[in-house]
Amino acid sequence: MKLVRTRNTSENFFSRLFDVIYEFLISFLDLIFGMIQRVVGIRGMPYFFVLPNLLIFGIFILFPMLLNFVYAFTGSTAFFPDQRPWVGTANFERLLACENYLNPNTCGEDLFWRAVYNTIGYVVFQVALMVLFSLVTALILNRNIKARGFFRSVFFYPVLLSPIVVALIWKWILQENGLLNGIITALGHDKLPFLVNTQWARIWVVMISVWAFMGFYTLILLAGLQSIPADLYEAASIDGANPWQSFTKITLPLLMPTMIVVLVLSLIRAVQVFDIVFAFTGGGPGTATLYLVQYIYNYGFSSPNKQFGLAAAASLLMAGVLIILTIVQLTVRPEEE
Amino acid sequence: MKVRNLLAMLLLVAVLVTACAPAAPEEPAAPEPAEPVEEPTEEPMEEPTEAPAEEPMEAVELRFTYYADGVEAEVMQPLLDKFMAENPDITVVLDVVPYQTIDEQLPVQVETGEGPDLARITNFGAYKGKLLDLRDYLADPAYYEANFPAPILEAMGYGGFPDALTVTGPYVNKTLFDQAEVELPGEGTTWQEWTDLTTQVAEATGVQYAISIDRTGHRFAGPAMSMGATLLDADGNFTVDTPGFRAFAETVKGWHDAGITPSEVWFNADAVNSCIDDFKSGQLVMCMSGSWNINGLANDVGDAFDWVVVPNPTGDGGSTGIAGGSAVAAFAATEHPEEVARLVEFLIQPENYGAFSAGTLALPAQKDVASAGVEFDTDNPLVLAALSAYTAEVPKLQDQAVGLNVHPYAFAYYRNSANRIAQYLTGELTLDEMLVNLQTDIDNAIAEAQ
Repeated sequence: MKLVRTRNTSENFFSRLFDVIYEFLISFLDLIFGMIQRVVGIRGMPYFFVLPNLLIFGIFILFPMLLNFVYAFTGSTAFFPDQRPWVGTANFERLLACENYLNPNTCGEDLFWRAVYNTIGYVVFQVALMVLFSLVTALILNRNIKARGFFRSVFFYPVLLSPIVVALIWKWILQENGLLNGIITALGHDKLPFLVNTQWARIWVVMISVWAFMGFYTLILLAGLQSIPADLYEAASIDGANPWQSFTKITLPLLMPTMIVVLVLSLIRAVQVFDIVFAFTGGGPGTATLYLVQYIYNYGFSSPNKQFGLAAAASLLMAGVLIILTIVQLTVRPEEE
Repeated sequence: MKVRNLLAMLLLVAVLVTACAPAAPEEPAAPEPAEPVEEPTEEPMEEPTEAPAEEPMEAVELRFTYYADGVEAEVMQPLLDKFMAENPDITVVLDVVPYQTIDEQLPVQVETGEGPDLARITNFGAYKGKLLDLRDYLADPAYYEANFPAPILEAMGYGGFPDALTVTGPYVNKTLFDQAEVELPGEGTTWQEWTDLTTQVAEATGVQYAISIDRTGHRFAGPAMSMGATLLDADGNFTVDTPGFRAFAETVKGWHDAGITPSEVWFNADAVNSCIDDFKSGQLVMCMSGSWNINGLANDVGDAFDWVVVPNPTGDGGSTGIAGGSAVAAFAATEHPEEVARLVEFLIQPENYGAFSAGTLALPAQKDVASAGVEFDTDNPLVLAALSAYTAEVPKLQDQAVGLNVHPYAFAYYRNSANRIAQYLTGELTLDEMLVNLQTDIDNAIAEAQ
């Protein structure tokens, strides 16, 4: 007598249907890729798979980069390269013409040099604060605290927000009749000029970008901390090391490769700052928060009288700085390894 | 597995066959009408919207990129519907976009040949050589030339028409003046007197701010000219370092130093900031803006407070605002120039142009309409008074005030002046440095464009 297993009929049906469809699709794909492999060979298959991305990269990144060189060495407001007259290094000369490089007022393109100095200031403070806050947060989140998962999420949430949304929220909070000034006046004090005072605007631009992006770097540092073997700390504790000694002798040295990555990534990102500042202050008050990318944007896209050559030349100079930063990363990492 | 492979092969063949199938029948782009120019010249054509009856009825789609300060798009759409009803062979698609798209993206689109057939623009100089000379296609080009200001038509290369005439001028919160028991001054009041009076009103009523002006060289130019600035010389060259320009820059700096003006209007470096939002909130006594805000004020303020338009303050140079406005432009790259001309001819007819002015509460630039008067679609006495006040400003406009907005490099002055003046107001630049840098910016922009 056979035992008949009674199973859920609907589960059996959907399960078999899924199996059929799955195998069918696999066969279909196998058929296609098999035909392709017969053409390009097995060694050619990896190149076939990266080809779509290469095409996109070539069309939307590589080609515009090469075109940028054309614009940088040509003039006029014409859009098409064949209509632009060759001017050689005139655009670069115009950008770099200064009597005193430390005083933008003596420069032909004073706005460019203001943007350069503003960017340098922003990079120094923003990166330092970003790395510091990210490290401290990662150290705290690496400990066995209650609701650790919740707090990790809380610090990462701003990373998920669009920079424009972040900027507009903080603009609403910090404007003259905004939330923060409302609280300040309710406490009986005078309003503070957060967005219309040069120093305040620069401070808030740095703080807002640290708040918005530190979650990403915290995550990287957290991963680095978790890769440090716990028995090292146990051994140090047995040997009588205090927490500070553990941190400086164990944590920092072993975390250094990760710190270098965070440092260079945040440096590159800081140099490229644009969207969050553009929506927050627009580069103001005056030119206090005018940074390099916005300078390029103003001349290349925003101005009714566009000066593509100047914008392209400025972007090449900025690219040079970023390349140097990348070379630094490449040369430092092997030493650490 | 063999069965599955066979099924997979069949599926692949089915996909390939579907992909290779002919597409859905499309309207032929421009095949048959090999002779596109069939102007029915023998017809008198008071109603130029009549389509030539002998033409094959192929639907043509015109794309009309449009921006709106207020209700312009809502007013334009019924006119386009009327046009399409009278011209079933033409479909007009109104693409309403933010002004920033018109300002930044449209010139690039037109330059690359990917622009629309028509657009509503403000920067006439950005499209030099790119507009369609409508005189070659209109049924009655003489009417077109006779009914619009010649400087505007020339600036546009006869490639469109101004759909509204705007004038800059100050709005004043009359309710606050009444509450402060301060009499509203009239014609002949100087900027200093207005500064003193509005400060007095602000202090008496507890309002935050006394006086402000939009963050743009366009609004700045009028008061500067009233103070004696000669921004444009006889040859059309820009000269910013003049006593009048300096005087008004110092006036605005004084407002900021005294804290009687909302700093964020000039200090926040958005492309164009307006004081009109602070004015609408009732926290600003006087806002120097322009006639295009009448509609918005009527809708947003309602009966919260009474507001009036006052004459442009007086100075050594007289009392002048700046003429401006937008225009409907037809692009030379259009594939349907005749149809575009038919649409333009429809829109410039008095009944249609007048309907647009009436609905948008805009001053008409069409002479027949202006002569006949416009029955604006409002019974709001504040709006009617404002329209009358701005209309009264038109005869006072200086020649350079009219010529500025149609200057091919007007926007080189507008944007650079706003940024440089902001640098002066924040203390980054001295007045002398600001004027030198601004002159350099304008000269460089013009040199680059030539």
